[in-house]
Amino acid sequence: MIELSHISKEFVSGKRTVHAVQDVSLTIDKGEIFGMIGFSGAGKSTLVRCINLLERPTSGKVIVDGQDMLSLSAKELRQARKKIGMIFQHFNLMPSRTVAGNVAYPLRGSGLSKQQIAEKVQRLLDLVGIGDKAEAYPKQLSGGQKQRVAIARALANDPNVLLCDEATSALDPQTTKAILQLLKHLNETLGITVVIITHEMAVVKEICHRVAVMEHGKVVESGEVFNIFANPREDITKNFIHTTSNLRKIEELIAEDSPVVKLNPGELIVRLSYIQRNVSEPLISTVSRKFDIVLNIIFSDIAIVQDAPIGGTVAIISGEREQITQAIAYLIEKNVGVEVIKDARVSE
Amino acid sequence: MQEFLNNIIPNVMAKLPDFYAAIGDTLLMVVWSGAISFVLGLTLGVLITVTKPGGILENKIVYQILDKLVSLFRSIPFIILLTWVMPVSRAIMGTAIYVRGAIVPLVFGAVPFFTRQVESALAELDGGLVEAALSMGSTPLEIIFRVYLKESVAAIARGTTITAISLLNLTAMAGVVGAGGLGDFAIRYGHDRNMLDVTNVTVLVLVIIVCIMEFAGGKVVKKNTH
Repeated sequence: MIELSHISKEFVSGKRTVHAVQDVSLTIDKGEIFGMIGFSGAGKSTLVRCINLLERPTSGKVIVDGQDMLSLSAKELRQARKKIGMIFQHFNLMPSRTVAGNVAYPLRGSGLSKQQIAEKVQRLLDLVGIGDKAEAYPKQLSGGQKQRVAIARALANDPNVLLCDEATSALDPQTTKAILQLLKHLNETLGITVVIITHEMAVVKEICHRVAVMEHGKVVESGEVFNIFANPREDITKNFIHTTSNLRKIEELIAEDSPVVKLNPGELIVRLSYIQRNVSEPLISTVSRKFDIVLNIIFSDIAIVQDAPIGGTVAIISGEREQITQAIAYLIEKNVGVEVIKDARVSE
Repeated sequence: MQEFLNNIIPNVMAKLPDFYAAIGDTLLMVVWSGAISFVLGLTLGVLITVTKPGGILENKIVYQILDKLVSLFRSIPFIILLTWVMPVSRAIMGTAIYVRGAIVPLVFGAVPFFTRQVESALAELDGGLVEAALSMGSTPLEIIFRVYLKESVAAIARGTTITAISLLNLTAMAGVVGAGGLGDFAIRYGHDRNMLDVTNVTVLVLVIIVCIMEFAGGKVVKKNTH
């Protein structure tokens, strides 16, 4: 659906040249939800603007829906843009127009009659769940409602692609969830390809199929969201993943010497990570029965990513030394990542 | 009533026809030069905004020329402008005196001022709106009319009010080219012949005109702010 090959974008300001995007190649498939994650300044917003040419790449090739975007005339480009919807962090609604007026904006000159436009606007507003707000002005709406209006407006010309530039970054966590659910719903019902730019791993985890991690204008890692979460290679990816999980807090607790992590001789703290899609057995229960050991769970953080559990557990294990060793071997055999964080067996 | 007025403003009452004519001349000058300046200033303000670096029709040459021209005319004191543009006045209006002769210099005085007002009104617009319009495939002309102008009505109305008031100010100087008007009336009688009541009444009328302008401007602003 979207093919970016060897995209670079430089900004020249005076004598300084900023390489916002450097030689990025990506393919985004039809009907998928593709995430681009990175810290601010990583170049992800510039890259997404290279898709609809709000930014013209300095070099590279952009193909959307089989069309070579860079070879289009100004008029053809405007036509192509009508089929690429875009929503923004700050919504960018027009304050002097009502909700209906905003959604109707892109429909002028589309060949529809006034009556047809009014019907379509109402249908779009119903689709995004704010059918009763047609006559309100943007100022009277909450952030989540504004983003819904923006989504309805972006969908007005029945686009094949929806670009979301930090679309949930100005929203509270609950509203973020609701908007993401809406995007997922649109993706499933309309088959629209969704590209999501974000700095929040939780967003990627929630709805993306595939993700590209960006740093300093380059894509450092990309792939299926589950695989990225299970086996992050780059430090930046690991950092992002840790922001969504509390399994790393154990190190803080140990550093603070918290009473929670005080061990008796013979005990140890392990972090178990589920890194395969097939973890469905009740592992904790099984090992504790099978090897007659006790697992005291301190943290557990399991999320469902792409319909498979991912995450892990931090637990204190106590029991016979030999049994513990066998239990760990059993877990490893079951494809569970085992990391010993603190070990009080040596002091025996 | 008549007697009361004759007592407190005797000189004005003695020159009532002249006084009415002065009000008429002032309004004539403000309306004509105002209407022309509005169209020209709006056009120039939009042109400067869209040709600016980073604008939707970025054009360095057009921008530099317009920007410098506006600055040039902004820096000329109106009293000098009045005489300086006389040849232009003669060429366009056929005369450089009376109310007709004052229109051209008034336009030259008001347009650069209003252009800057429009420019700053459009600069207030959130750039995100323009970006959103571009992403929806709007043409530059659509963006100018449906985004820049439509979304800036309140801000432009504010600038228009300020410009109209300053234009009223400029007409007071138009007496130099024999255009008459309230300013000329006050100077000729109030100052030159020491008729203090003429000056006082003139000031009162000017205050009323300004109040009406501000009221009308305020209405437009209010109606277009949501």
